[in-house]
Amino acid sequence: MDQRTRLLEAALFAAPRPLALDELAVLDAEASDADWLRAVQELKEHYDNEGHGVEVAEIAGGYQVLTRQAFAEAIERAAFAARPVRLSAAALEVLAIIAYRQPAGRAEVEEIRGVSSAGVLRLLQERGLIEVTGRSEGLGRPLLYATTPLFLEYLGLGDLGDLPRSDELSIALAPPQAAAG
Amino acid sequence: MSAVPGTAAPLSADAGFIVSLDRYAGPLDLLLSLIRREEIDIWDIPVARIADQFLLAIHALGLDEAAEYLEMAARLLRIKAQMLLPRRGDEEPWEDPRHELVRRLLEYQQVREIADWLDAASRGRAARFARGFVPPAPDAPPPPLEFTIEEVLEAVERVLAMMPDPIIHRVVPRPLDVEAATARILELLAQREAFSWRDLLGPSPSIVDALSSLVALLELARQGQLSLRQSRPFTPFVIDRGPAYATA
Repeated sequence: MDQRTRLLEAALFAAPRPLALDELAVLDAEASDADWLRAVQELKEHYDNEGHGVEVAEIAGGYQVLTRQAFAEAIERAAFAARPVRLSAAALEVLAIIAYRQPAGRAEVEEIRGVSSAGVLRLLQERGLIEVTGRSEGLGRPLLYATTPLFLEYLGLGDLGDLPRSDELSIALAPPQAAAG
Repeated sequence: MSAVPGTAAPLSADAGFIVSLDRYAGPLDLLLSLIRREEIDIWDIPVARIADQFLLAIHALGLDEAAEYLEMAARLLRIKAQMLLPRRGDEEPWEDPRHELVRRLLEYQQVREIADWLDAASRGRAARFARGFVPPAPDAPPPPLEFTIEEVLEAVERVLAMMPDPIIHRVVPRPLDVEAATARILELLAQREAFSWRDLLGPSPSIVDALSSLVALLELARQGQLSLRQSRPFTPFVIDRGPAYATA
């Protein structure tokens, strides 16, 4: 590994959160984004090909060093780390609606789910997974919600584009003819 | 009234009554699972059958008082009724009353699929630890208390024993003096043809005097020695000599 890749490794090791390209730029004024991308690639391959217990993950628009999934159980059993609490089915439904329709209001969420969702929205907001981004022009100017960077971190996604596209889902909103065929 | 299973968490005033069930996230979820169980083609739902199934299910689950489930039940029954209306073939094209329901079911099913995908993604992320990641310890709910009724009563006694004045309520026997009251009434009857309750007891009688006099009056009235009359309800009653007075 070259000097820059080792610097990258040190930075990712030290940082408590994913580091984006513009944050890496602060480390070395000489290096361009392309240089950092090369370094990221080299570190990734190094970890992957030389049998390391950690990997470089692309999360929330940045890079983070994470332990490999294969060791999760052993680490958790030893109580060196713990998995965060899983979200309820209701919370995941609300997140799904907001992720795909953001910014979305409470009425839209409740219309799709068929149940009142104020409590779940508040819970997700308290957890920092969604945030209020404005108000709708509609009657009463209801609040509009969108997902946060923490949402991407929670799911381990690089960006919202990593969410499955609607044509990748088995159930697409298609007219009867298409669905029957 | 049937109890709603699951837990009700009062998150806020406007959050309403939140029923969280292990199996169903809402009426659409329940409906979808019924459609799946019955292996029904979602594009040609036998509404009459599925409406009956839905009513049975919410009754069995104790959800027949949850507004959202009732609303869905009402919707299904309305569609069932619309399906029974005669169709006029040659006029404007028939619009399937199930169309909107199917659209909502498919939309919801899509949301469920995405929710499952999100769940899988979050589990994948949760199984990879970042360095020094210390998640906040989950707030373990306190273990359920286990005790017997005897222990509760003993605890109540210990608490009462610590109180400076353990007397909660004092019961004092105060015998009614019906005899004296009877004598006083008869004395008044001898003097006057009619008199009032107030004449008998004065402006502020004690509770014992009042009760003694009442019992005496009722007994004398029963014997026919006096009669009790009231011009209107809740007005002072008038006491006068009864048909049997002369014989007394």
